[in-house]
Amino acid sequence: MEANRSGRLRDSLHDWVGDWGGVTIDAFSAIGDMALFAWSTLYWLVSRRPRRGTLLPILYQVGVLSLPVVALTGTFIGMVLAVQSFFQFQQLRMETRLGAVINMTLARELGPVLAATMLAGRVGSAMAAELGTMRVTEQIDALSSMGTNPIHYLVVPRFLAFVMLIPALTVMAVFMGVVGGYFYSVVILGIDKHHYLYNTREFVGSWDLFYGLAKSVFFGIAMAIVSCYQGFNCTAGAEGVGKAATAAFVHSFVLILLLDLMLGISLDAVYFALWPEGSSLF
Amino acid sequence: MMMNALPPTQEQLDRPLIQVHDLSVRFGQQEVLRNINLSIPRGQSMVVIGESGCGKTVLLKTLIRLIAPTRGSVHFDGQDLAKLSEKELTSQRIRCGYVFQNAALFDSMTVGQNVSFPLRQHTNMSDREILERVRARLAEVGLPDSAMKKKPAELSGGMRKRVGLARALIMEPELILYDEPTTGLDPIMSDVINELMMRTRRHYSVTSIIVSHDMRTVRRVADRVVMICPVPRLQPGEPQMIFDGPPSELERCADRRVAQFVRGEAGERLMELRGSAAISA
Repeated sequence: MEANRSGRLRDSLHDWVGDWGGVTIDAFSAIGDMALFAWSTLYWLVSRRPRRGTLLPILYQVGVLSLPVVALTGTFIGMVLAVQSFFQFQQLRMETRLGAVINMTLARELGPVLAATMLAGRVGSAMAAELGTMRVTEQIDALSSMGTNPIHYLVVPRFLAFVMLIPALTVMAVFMGVVGGYFYSVVILGIDKHHYLYNTREFVGSWDLFYGLAKSVFFGIAMAIVSCYQGFNCTAGAEGVGKAATAAFVHSFVLILLLDLMLGISLDAVYFALWPEGSSLF
Repeated sequence: MMMNALPPTQEQLDRPLIQVHDLSVRFGQQEVLRNINLSIPRGQSMVVIGESGCGKTVLLKTLIRLIAPTRGSVHFDGQDLAKLSEKELTSQRIRCGYVFQNAALFDSMTVGQNVSFPLRQHTNMSDREILERVRARLAEVGLPDSAMKKKPAELSGGMRKRVGLARALIMEPELILYDEPTTGLDPIMSDVINELMMRTRRHYSVTSIIVSHDMRTVRRVADRVVMICPVPRLQPGEPQMIFDGPPSELERCADRRVAQFVRGEAGERLMELRGSAAISA
C-alpha cells in the first residue's frame, strides 16, 4: 500500500518534471529560432537594398492606411485622460496642471504604446496571415525555387516599413491626443487656456518626446520580427493561418509591454545619469 | 542555357545532373525519407511514384534544398548543395524550374507578373523583351495574351498549372521538377499537361523529375520510374526505393506492392480497413 503510494508519487513527479522540461525546451527553441530569423533579416537588410516596387506598397499599407485609426485612437485617449483626471485635480484646485499630465502621459507612454498596439492589431496580424497563407500555399517555397530569398523579398520591406513609419505614427497619435485633451479640457471643461498651455510648456520637454519616439522604434522592430516570424512558421490549413495571426498580435502585445517597462527603466537611468538634478535641459 | 556564359565541357555533360547519396529526412520523430540513393543523368525523364504521404514531394523539395536533409547529400551538377553559399545556391536554383502541385502562383500579382517574376529578379531585360518572352511562354502552354492580365483566383485548375509551367520555363531551365502535375484535373486536362511535359522535354532538352501517382502520366512521359514506399511500411533493413527501372518493367516487377500500385489494388489495406471497422463495431 505504502509502496504503491510512493510509486504513484514518483510517477507524477516524473510527469511534472517531464512536462516542464518539454515546455522549457520548446520555449528556448522558439526563442532561438526567432533570434536566427531576426539575424537573417538583419543580414539581408544590410547586404542588399529592397526593390522600390516591393517597399512602396508596404509603406502605404503600414503608414497611410494606419493613419486614421491611430489618429482617432490618439484623439479619444487624450479626451479620456482629461475626463478621468479632471475631478481629482479639481479637488486639489490644480486643474490647470491637466495640460502637463495629459501631454506628458501621451508623449512618454500612451502615444507610443497605443500606436504600436494599433499597428500590431491592424497590420501585424494581417501580415502574419498573409505570409502564413503564402507559406501554406507554397508561395514562399516558390520564391526560393526561383532563386529569390524570401527573407529579403518579403520580410525586409515589412521590417523597414515598421521601423521607419512607427515614429511618424507615434507623433500622429501624440499630436491628436494633445489636440483631444486640449479640446476637452479647455472647450468642454472650461479650464483656463493660458495656464493649461503654460503648464504644458513648463513640464513637457523635448526629452519626453524623444523618450516616446525611441521606445516606438524598438516596438516596431519587435512587431515586425514577431509578425513575420509567425507567418513564416505557420502550420498547415486555415486553422494554422488563424493561429499565426492571433499569435502575432498576442506575442507583439506582450513584447510591447515588456519592452515598455525595460526601456522605461533604461531611459530613466540614462536621463538621471546625464542630468542628476533631474531638471530638463531642453 | 541563358545564365551560363561558357558552353559545358564533355566531362560536365557526362556527369549526372543530380546525385543523391544516403539521403534521409526526418521531421521531429517522423522519418520521411531513409537512405535514398539516386543518380539522374541529363535529359532523363524520371517519374517518382508511391502512395500519398510516402515522401515524394519531400524528395523533390530536397533536390533543390527547399528542405535540408537530416543526413546525406544532394549534388547538383557535381556541387554539394549543402556547401554552397546563399548566392551560389541561388545561381543553381535559377537553373531549375519547379511546377508546384497547386501552381503556387502569387495571389497579389497578375498572370503576366507571375510569369515574368524570375526575369525581373535575375535579368536586366527591358520591359518589351520581358513581355515578348512571357507571351511566347504562355503561347507554348496554350494560353492567350488576354490571360496575362488575369489574377490567379480567376483561373481554372488546369490554367493555373499551365501558368505555373510557363513560369517554370521562363528562365529556360536545365531541370524541371513537377509536383503531381495532373492531380485534381479532369482526364482531358491531364492529357494536355502530359503532352505539355513531353513537348517541353523535346523543345528544351531538359531533365525532368515528375512526382505523380497517375499511371497515365508514367506511361506517357517516363524513361525511368522510381517507386518509394512509406518508411513505417518497410521491413527492417529494407531500402525505401522498392522499384527503379523503365516503365515497361513495372508490370513484371516481383514486388507485390509495386504490382498493386500499378493496378490500383488496395490489397492488404482492405484487410486493415476491415480490421479497424471490426474493432470500432
